Amino acid sequence: MSSNKKYWKSVEELENGSIVEALRNNEFVEEIPTDEFLANADSMSSSSTSRRDFLKYVGFSTAAATLAACEGPVHKSIPYVLQPEQIIPGVADYYATSVFDGFDFANLLVKTREGRPIKIENNTIVGAKFAANARIHASILSLYDSMRLKSPKIESKDSSWSVVDSKIKSSIADAKAKGGQVVLLTNTLASPSTEKLIADFIAANPNAKHVVYDAVSSSAALDAFESVYGERALVDYDFSKASLIVSVGADFLGDWQGGGYDTGYVQGRIPRNGKMSRHFQLEANMTLSGAAADKRLPMTVANQKQALVHIYNVVTGSAVAVNLAPELKAEVTKAAQQLKAAGSKGLLVSGIQDKNAQLLVLAINQVLASEAFTTVGVREIRKGSDEKVAQLVNDMKAGSVHTLIMSGVNPVYTLADSASFVEGLKKVKTSVALSLKEDETALASTIAAPVAHYLESWGDLVLTKGTYSLTQPTIRPLFDTKQFQDVLMSVNGLTGTYYDYLKAYSSSFIAGSTWNKVLHDGVFVGAPQALSGGTADYASAANALSKSKAAEGLELVLYTKTGLGDGQQANNPWLQEFPDPITRVSWDNYVTVSNADAKTLGLSNEIVANGGLNGSYATITTADGTKLENVPVIVQPGQAVGTVGLAVGYGRKAALKEEMQVGVNAYALYKGFKDVQSVTLVEAGGEHEFACVQGQKTLMGRGDIIKETSLEIFNTKDAKIWNETPKVSLDHKEVEATSVDLWESFDRSVGHHFNLSIDLNACTGCGACVIACHAENNVPVVGKAEVRRSRDMHWLRIDRYYSSEETFVGDNERKEGIAGLSSSLSTFNEMEIASDNPQVSFQPVMCQHCNHAPCETVCPVAATSHGRQGQNHMAYNRCVGTRYCANNCPYKVRRFNWFLYNKNSEFDYHMNDDLGRMVLNPDVNVRSRGVMEKCSFCIQSTQAVILEAKRQGREVAKDEFNNACACSAACSSGAMVFGDVNDKESEVAKLAESERMYHLLEHVGTKPNVFYHVKVRNT
Amino acid sequence: MKKVGNHNSNSRKMFLSLAMMLAFSFSSFAQDAAPAAPTEAAPAAATTGGDPVKGKALFNSNCAACHKLDAKSTGPALRGVADKHEKEWLYKWIHNSSDMIKSGDPAAVKLFNENNKSVMTSFPQLSNEDIDNIIAYTSEPKAEPAAALPGAQAGADAAQGSGSNNNVILGVLALVLVVLVVMLFMVNNVLRKVAKANGIEVAPKAQRTPIWKAFVKNQFLVLVSCVFLLLASGYFVYGYLMQVGVDQDYQPIQPIHYSHKIHAGDNEINCKYCHSAARVSKTAGIPSLNVCMNCHKNISEVAETTATPEYSKAFYDAQIQKLYDAVGWDKTTQSYTGKTQPVKWVRIHNLPDFVYFNHSQHVTVGGIECQTCHGPVETYEIQKQFAPLTMGWCVDCHRKTDVKMEGNGYYKKIHEELSKKYGVEKLTEAQMGGLECGKCHY
Repeated sequence: MSSNKKYWKSVEELENGSIVEALRNNEFVEEIPTDEFLANADSMSSSSTSRRDFLKYVGFSTAAATLAACEGPVHKSIPYVLQPEQIIPGVADYYATSVFDGFDFANLLVKTREGRPIKIENNTIVGAKFAANARIHASILSLYDSMRLKSPKIESKDSSWSVVDSKIKSSIADAKAKGGQVVLLTNTLASPSTEKLIADFIAANPNAKHVVYDAVSSSAALDAFESVYGERALVDYDFSKASLIVSVGADFLGDWQGGGYDTGYVQGRIPRNGKMSRHFQLEANMTLSGAAADKRLPMTVANQKQALVHIYNVVTGSAVAVNLAPELKAEVTKAAQQLKAAGSKGLLVSGIQDKNAQLLVLAINQVLASEAFTTVGVREIRKGSDEKVAQLVNDMKAGSVHTLIMSGVNPVYTLADSASFVEGLKKVKTSVALSLKEDETALASTIAAPVAHYLESWGDLVLTKGTYSLTQPTIRPLFDTKQFQDVLMSVNGLTGTYYDYLKAYSSSFIAGSTWNKVLHDGVFVGAPQALSGGTADYASAANALSKSKAAEGLELVLYTKTGLGDGQQANNPWLQEFPDPITRVSWDNYVTVSNADAKTLGLSNEIVANGGLNGSYATITTADGTKLENVPVIVQPGQAVGTVGLAVGYGRKAALKEEMQVGVNAYALYKGFKDVQSVTLVEAGGEHEFACVQGQKTLMGRGDIIKETSLEIFNTKDAKIWNETPKVSLDHKEVEATSVDLWESFDRSVGHHFNLSIDLNACTGCGACVIACHAENNVPVVGKAEVRRSRDMHWLRIDRYYSSEETFVGDNERKEGIAGLSSSLSTFNEMEIASDNPQVSFQPVMCQHCNHAPCETVCPVAATSHGRQGQNHMAYNRCVGTRYCANNCPYKVRRFNWFLYNKNSEFDYHMNDDLGRMVLNPDVNVRSRGVMEKCSFCIQSTQAVILEAKRQGREVAKDEFNNACACSAACSSGAMVFGDVNDKESEVAKLAESERMYHLLEHVGTKPNVFYHVKVRNT
Repeated sequence: MKKVGNHNSNSRKMFLSLAMMLAFSFSSFAQDAAPAAPTEAAPAAATTGGDPVKGKALFNSNCAACHKLDAKSTGPALRGVADKHEKEWLYKWIHNSSDMIKSGDPAAVKLFNENNKSVMTSFPQLSNEDIDNIIAYTSEPKAEPAAALPGAQAGADAAQGSGSNNNVILGVLALVLVVLVVMLFMVNNVLRKVAKANGIEVAPKAQRTPIWKAFVKNQFLVLVSCVFLLLASGYFVYGYLMQVGVDQDYQPIQPIHYSHKIHAGDNEINCKYCHSAARVSKTAGIPSLNVCMNCHKNISEVAETTATPEYSKAFYDAQIQKLYDAVGWDKTTQSYTGKTQPVKWVRIHNLPDFVYFNHSQHVTVGGIECQTCHGPVETYEIQKQFAPLTMGWCVDCHRKTDVKMEGNGYYKKIHEELSKKYGVEKLTEAQMGGLECGKCHY
């Protein structure tokens, strides 16, 4: 008898048979809307093309395409009609030039190929003291920015220069007749010829005036210096002469007062004869200077002011009342006493935006008679006056400004009260924005006139008093542009070109030299005199400063990021993708919050399942009610409790490709040009997806990755103690890892053997090498989403590690102390969290070019192989993309092209437009999809150096190879040195013999050709 | 890309049939082989009493840089100059023209002004007798250029003629074959009839297994044939694939018919005069047009003797005119118009992007002759790719070639050490590391 049992597969089937029945007959419960994507069903069914035919067509067209693909394309080759004498196709030309864009400045050599500039290098001639930072290295790409303003526009309609010129002239005449103001609003120019043109203009038009506006103000320091020395300038400190540096909120390795101090600073940081400088850093945000410091004291800016007064007390013996917590006071006292003891070898710098504070800086350094503090050759790179800008906005609102000519500024974006400016702009009869881009200000002005990029311009610069640099064009203007100076000459009624004017005007600056010589060298150094020292009422300044009140709520400290700076180059994909050296986050700005504050405010960061970093959103509200909503949060170790940091330069929209429109505009909070604002922070809900390239924050006590020691141990103990060679077990005996080898080694005694030395003491994390590597090696930009998926293509990364204890040495000891499994689990968990005031170390990591490379042995097609000169070669055309090599690389330096990054609209960065591709280095292959790539030790340049020597029939000169690698050539601090270790005279050979030398992951036995130097801290 | 290297079966058939045609039409071609000798101008009546042969030599070595016989160059055309000026005047002018201009000789000043005020070099070394010889040469009547043109025309005619001849021959041949077949059939028929008449039975052939059936039955044979077929097709497919992208003998038509044979061959111009970048750069460089004008300012037409049956003088002159149009040179006023038009040459040697090749490394450092890689360019009327430019070809040479180290300071130390290591005096490029991937691929 058959059973009545009902068998069922699910509860639904048991209880509600209809659904199951429906599912049994129909795979999908709802009918699939085929009609929607097949458009018209009738026409489809009546079509004469059957499925068979369709397949035939597909087959035929595939076959036809395949056959056609076997035919190569016809290439045209078009030579010059009249070849310029100095241009030989295939040979690079270099031009010395100098740049100052109102924020960054440097003395440069520009490499050009077939008449187009492709790379920025440092001018190393005597007198050229300012090396390029990451932004200047990237500025070559901004030349080829496809979003540049290409022709003049009047009221957003295309126009021509002749119309614009006549309009400007008639407007000025009209203003003169009606008695309205004519205002030239410019960035700091530092250009004597331009200033002369402006002075002439004002002389001819008494109703005209010149207002200098720095988007990121140094007004306080300028005011203080002006009141003491009578000149609106900044001190050009010589950090190499200081053995004790106390910095109160000055990020001098970053952009403080223009930056460019790393070269001098690093000279004192390398232990020589048992000595190195000592550096105290008192700061709120974690900065590059704080990372490099021997002793870092995180504190609010209010406390910094008190600390500065306290240091003033100690150094000068005054007794101004100071309101400072006892434990902080004790630490500051230590620093102050050491500063006093150092005397003329001491140096105090401060970034507090307060005239009184800056007066105290002058007072303290005067009392110390600091050698590093000199008024010879002061910096002329900041002149802006906050008061005059504020006055201008008021004048504009009052309607007394008739004509406003702006050059190099974008006040609609950079002014905190940009609404007032826009309102005032509407009352200005004629407003002219001379700009590279059709930016926010250009859009709001009557006339938007395109200016030439500095690589297309003539110019002169007095960066520091007594020096004279020339800017020369390296390419013809790409668009219908004019220089600001040409416009000035036209309104001044001068005929001829600015070049002739400049040449004639330069003669008074280059006495004893010639125009051609200065043009060739790029710089001319005169004999600058010290400014006659004055004094001021320092005591009352100290009194006033000590009475300054602490902010209500949280202190917001605005800063500029290493990548974008003041935001001029926001459309530069290299800079957007450049990971911030401290947070390692690219494509964003964010508010940095201390761990303690984050806990109380309910803000957090976490690494989610796909490996990306997420963070809370917060809303920032200033004291006067201005709100900045949905600002992503980064919990920043080392951030002073009670402070939060936020970078300006982001949140731009105008003239930016869509992908670059990232971040929030922090200028909106830059009220009254004060970089410290009192704010409240509220969690805003939601999660922000960051593109962070380094999830691991701490070193976890792995002291063999970054070896760090104190100066005391370094001086007193044997190198075996502080630079221990790792041990491995061989035949049950502990032996040094370097003595064990699985492979037979090549004979590398003959010819060149390239090595790269990286001194962790000298690396400040500035990132110039990263951008230089991008430019030299055609490294693609992949965008935020891909970076988040850990698919960034940087050949060279700068790892940043925090200590989880107070010091890295403490980390190591804690790890040594682990006993047993449970202890190891809990301890390692705890060690993943960085200390609240951690030590920070940077470590540039690129392909280590292992002599026994693990990647080479696993490549199934031998696409990566070893060269006799020590380089690990990568033959892209041979690579089939198995990625075994990347998996087997212990340093994780291989980068895979997951997509085609050039000529692909999915990756709309510079390689997707004809203009942006002009920056590509023709000597280096542009890689395609599915290919592995990595650092090559710039083999194209090492080969070029060798060829040059062969052609001239000589040996390669000493240290000639150092400039071959883009990273070592860009390194202004000398942290990276590249060369031939077989040349015993070379610097790198000597560095290889140093006691501080070690290899990364030495116990793996890869025998790398990159070596590091143990970091020594003078604690 | 036009591929000449790929000889497929079709082209082979064509070639064979062409060979046959040629064989038959040999006689018609023979007449073209006779050189179309340029008719030498008959010695003109020596009105000036000089020797025109000597004069020609003197003219070519002293005057030709600036003067032509029949056209204006830097200086005026010189044919019949003796009719324009007195002999004594000419002696004075040639010995020192600037003196005459200074002294205000009206004819001299006029001449000076007519020629853009360019001062003529003085030739004090020429004796009056020499000048007489030159004048004799310049007084010769213009040679008739008619001889060359009909020659070229005849060549063209002959080429056309041979085509039609071939057709006739083929037709006749086909006719003969048809006649033969018909005759064979008829003979066979007649023989059958004779046999029938004689009562001889032609036994029908015994039914034999057709050969294909036998073949199919023999499985071993089938297997062997299959294997053979597979191997053969594999061989050909491999051969086909290996020539994809190899453009040996690629010979595109260029916008200007530039003959390396005339320049590098007949006139022995050094390769590196025009391709000067090869000495210092990775590319050899296509010369810019101003380099062409170094010579072609004065050479606006080719000599009669340059013309070949294939390319007439008019053809070559038209090519020079193309250069003038491109560079903007006005022949009549001897000046640049400023209107330029770059020449879009078709690139012949295309290395893929992933290969780095540097000319200066090979030319300057290695001292390799251009011909090693580019073939006997001085014989090429139309430039083509001589080498396959495959990696195997590069590597082969690197294995065989000794590095030229003598006298190069760079190699001094390396040579000592390496020769000790390998125990040889000469080192090949491969021993120097010239086979490493990264030396050419980055």
